[in-house]
Amino acid sequence: MKIVKTPVIRLEKISFTYPGSTAKVLDCLDLDLYARDRIGMMAPNGSGKTTLFHTIMGLCRPDSGRIEIFGRPVSTEVEFQKVRSKIGLMFQDADDQLFCPTVVDDVAFGPLNLGLTPKNALKKARDILAALGIADLEPAITHRLSGGQKRLVALASVLAMEPRVLLLDEPTAGLDDKVKERLVEILNTLDVTLLVIAHDFNFLTSITDRVFSMENGRILLDDEVSVHQHEHMHKLGNRPHKHV
Amino acid sequence: MIDEQLALGDSFIHRLSPGVRVVAALVVSFSLALSNDFYVLGLYFILALILIGLASLPPGAVFKRLKPMFLFVLMIWVILPFTFKGEAFAHLGPFTATRPGLELCLRISIKSVSILLVFIALLATMTVAALGQALHRLKVPNKLVFLLLMTYRYIAVIHGEYTRLVRAARFRGFVPGTNLHSYKTYAYIAGMLFVRASLRAQRVHKAMLCRGFNGRFYTLESPVENRLNPYFMAVIAGLTLALIVMEILGK
Repeated sequence: MKIVKTPVIRLEKISFTYPGSTAKVLDCLDLDLYARDRIGMMAPNGSGKTTLFHTIMGLCRPDSGRIEIFGRPVSTEVEFQKVRSKIGLMFQDADDQLFCPTVVDDVAFGPLNLGLTPKNALKKARDILAALGIADLEPAITHRLSGGQKRLVALASVLAMEPRVLLLDEPTAGLDDKVKERLVEILNTLDVTLLVIAHDFNFLTSITDRVFSMENGRILLDDEVSVHQHEHMHKLGNRPHKHV
Repeated sequence: MIDEQLALGDSFIHRLSPGVRVVAALVVSFSLALSNDFYVLGLYFILALILIGLASLPPGAVFKRLKPMFLFVLMIWVILPFTFKGEAFAHLGPFTATRPGLELCLRISIKSVSILLVFIALLATMTVAALGQALHRLKVPNKLVFLLLMTYRYIAVIHGEYTRLVRAARFRGFVPGTNLHSYKTYAYIAGMLFVRASLRAQRVHKAMLCRGFNGRFYTLESPVENRLNPYFMAVIAGLTLALIVMEILGK
């Protein structure tokens, strides 16, 4: 018996051009993302990764192509609104994401929008903060947090929506190794479908199973490219030498 | 950027519910602004000082916050007495100070300083976040409350962007002077700030959409329980009423 799996996110022939520009950021892009896939994306700046994420969330409307999320086609704002709460997008700049005065307000913003009572939203926010080990930040003023704290709070505010899919847009940008490790630890305990953009290869391989790249507005699967980096030691390795 | 130093204390005033403090500040400052009798104004001033005392604020910090107001009041003292018509009080060279002009100046000074003191004692002693929640609970329209909270949240970010731009200009040898080049540079920086603020607003809106924002705002209710709330409100209301009666009888 053959089991046909439907992808949680399917993009078919998506093209997108920013208004006032002629260059196609996304050009007939196809992507199938299945449940529990953990995929990393590593590609040069300006190759359309962020646009891809915003297209999945319905924040950028493609010029042509078809988007299916959880097996259903989505194209209107109302349809996107229904699926948005199940897909968590973490923005590149945490300051964009944390707009409430205090941390607990921010984490509870999503649950409140989902219709939870203030009491339940507060409980959920506290649980998430505790799970990420930042319970002490609860009453903190958002704009006074450090870069790493902001990133963790932004992740908490996304996780509070209990998303089935997590889209992370350069989650490690500007973070030190300690916070990166903490992030890896957290992300590896989550049972979600994961699509991560990052420029840090070690980080990507420690949280994902496959690494894709993007070129000319299309995704290059890992059998087409193999980004890799390795270290080894050998005699006279400290002198300039060639690998043939 | 915005220091909330005064909000950190733990005095009698700090422990009162923010909502009660907002209403009290509103009541006192309104009736104060509408009073004219010097004795009544003096009593309001003493009330303002008592409130400052109850909030146990350091006098230095309070004075620092009053400074901009003093400049404004000083300007009035320089202009008003000499331009107001009425009985002459004193001559200063070619200028004549009038008695009604001086009285008006004194009134404006007492009123503005007292109102500011009341606001420092009652409102500056809470965080902007608490103020936003209090206004929300007092049924101030959501849009206004969130305008306040968003401004508070992002003014530091925009200030950070401004300092980054100025620093970038300085690193490339920019020295501000009185010339067209300097004006142009500042105009570019200001323009850039607007562009960045507007782009950021779009990104923030997108982030809000991603978390299920549908045009309605909800807040976490966490009223401050303090059995002294009603008593404080009653005392303030009683004192204000007494002062209003004094004002009316004094006429």
